[in-house]
Amino acid sequence: MSNPNQPGLNLAPQEISSGHEGGLVDQVKAYFSRIKNGDMGALPATGALLVLTALFAYLSPYFLTKLNFANLFVQAAQLTTLAIALVFVLLIAEIDLSAGVAAAVAMDVFYLTTTFGVPWPIGLVSALMVGVILGLILGFFVAKVGVPSFVISLAFFLGLQGVALILLGDGGLFRVEVPEVRAIMNDNLPLWGGWLLLFVVVAISAGLGFYDRYRRSASGLVNRPVSLLLIKLAFITVVGGVVIYVLNLNRSASDVIQISGVPIVIPIVLFIIFAGTFLLDRTKFGRHLYAVGGNPEAARRAGIKVVRIRITAFVITSSLAVVAGLFHVSRIGVVEAASGRTIVLSGVAAAVVGGVSLFGGRGRLVHAALGALVISIIDNGLGLLGFSAGISFVVTGTVLALAATVDAVSRRRGGSVRRI
Amino acid sequence: MATPVIELTDVKKGFGPVEVLKGVNLEVHAGKVTALVGDNGAGKSTLIKGLSGVQPYDSGTVLFEGKEVDIHDPIQAAELGIEVVYQDLALCENLDIVQNMFLGREELMQRTLDEPSMELQATQALQSLSVRTVKSVRQKVSSLSGGQRQTVAIARSVLRNAKLVILDEPTAALGVAQTEQVLNLVQRLASSGVAVLIISHNLADVFKVCDEIAVLYLGRMVTQIKTSETSQNDVVGYITGTKSTEE
Repeated sequence: MSNPNQPGLNLAPQEISSGHEGGLVDQVKAYFSRIKNGDMGALPATGALLVLTALFAYLSPYFLTKLNFANLFVQAAQLTTLAIALVFVLLIAEIDLSAGVAAAVAMDVFYLTTTFGVPWPIGLVSALMVGVILGLILGFFVAKVGVPSFVISLAFFLGLQGVALILLGDGGLFRVEVPEVRAIMNDNLPLWGGWLLLFVVVAISAGLGFYDRYRRSASGLVNRPVSLLLIKLAFITVVGGVVIYVLNLNRSASDVIQISGVPIVIPIVLFIIFAGTFLLDRTKFGRHLYAVGGNPEAARRAGIKVVRIRITAFVITSSLAVVAGLFHVSRIGVVEAASGRTIVLSGVAAAVVGGVSLFGGRGRLVHAALGALVISIIDNGLGLLGFSAGISFVVTGTVLALAATVDAVSRRRGGSVRRI
Repeated sequence: MATPVIELTDVKKGFGPVEVLKGVNLEVHAGKVTALVGDNGAGKSTLIKGLSGVQPYDSGTVLFEGKEVDIHDPIQAAELGIEVVYQDLALCENLDIVQNMFLGREELMQRTLDEPSMELQATQALQSLSVRTVKSVRQKVSSLSGGQRQTVAIARSVLRNAKLVILDEPTAALGVAQTEQVLNLVQRLASSGVAVLIISHNLADVFKVCDEIAVLYLGRMVTQIKTSETSQNDVVGYITGTKSTEE
């Protein structure tokens, strides 16, 4: 078929690789070369996490206490969920400034329905429906009409604050009397529940990992060294094991009551990360979402229904934002007309700090979760050290600026490779 | 001669009062590289858009492998086996080569992406074209050079079992070495039995790889002639309208 006498060809026999070849050392080398080429992934956020943990542990005797350790996870849960929610619109290079207030309005609906005697599961479904509908409308304006998402979601941001005021009336806090909702952030799994959770996480990771290897070798493709997968699983087991061991210790300050166990919110957040990552990495929808974010015109020419993908992204964002709102209400126990206004910007910051690109097409849910942890640790650590909220904002802003700069510089370096 | 893969007869297309294609005939044969040349505004793009189903022709007959077809949308063109590789390539830089080659036609297994199968087929498609410039099929497109991107775009048409591949200015943005690679690739593509139609402004390239040259001048096909039976000077004459076959 091919003519070996054609000029200008490198005739040295060369197999086309898949990046799965070689032993552990080659894989590690490949990882570093990816970083060099601007594909930093989760590295900056992980680094920041370690540095901040070490710093605060050194500066404050309270930071590494059992109680604060558990608090940190609970505090981070809401921001993590919101950051994950925002990834879906950020991936298509859009933004949803209204996610926070949309969640607040949805939780107002939850408060109103449950207060008037509707069972809480139905109230929760109504709240989620509010998120879905708001996402549909927003997505319609952006994807179908072509209004820039920044402007239309800003309009929603303003309008929905009004809706919250109308729904709840002026001022005041309204108690949510649903023990099941309060439990999410305030109650813990039984001790065996934590270990079961770890087992499930490791089992799913191992199952997927070995299934992928099996499928590749069944197709006659090369696999990465199995040691790489085993190291990953060992890492998850050890880190998860330490976290659960600590959370299962009694962290109560008083001798009378005992507080121990994994906060209920943690398995919920883990489930969202797992399910969302599965959707993004392993389904057609996920692939198309990345494609639309990378090059909408190419996606359209490939026959992808770009409008539908975009609207779906907005729906997922605002529905997941409602879950973040649920966590918020669970923690503080009340709804108020003014809630949800500022948190969306922290959510965007968390995603960007974690390595999600604002220009679309690049980022993973785990990155957003790491970014949210970084921001939560800054908040928590500076609070413990007695710094004012002012300082905390300044530091968070600096970290965000740093992250955005790293993103821009690494992207430029990635681009220079292309010009060779 | 064998039945052409595509045969256009008296194809016309106008936009309002402007008639862009004034009755064009064209034949493209399997295993042959046919060049479509002509000055700006001659109607090359309009002719291609008709074949790809983006802008259907107003009148005239289109025979695909001898059977009359009416191509009215891109999906139908793709089903027939007509693939267009556009100048701006239509690749997603944030996705890798396999993901780009299967974009919009992902293979599924139990409703999830069947990555091993796609990776295998993408590798085979590149190997069938004896591609040696691409190191890994899991490289992101953002890390590829212009020539490598063109390679991926062309290999994508192989993967889709295209019978007619239309290349829009495939070497316009490439350096000398990369142009060479892409032209070799085009020849290999044709020798695998695919009909190739290349739009190009570069006559040196055209004479290097094309078996036939079709020249459009102001909406009319001036000539479709074997490369071996003409010269660059003649073709320039056809393109600029100073020479015609009726002389």
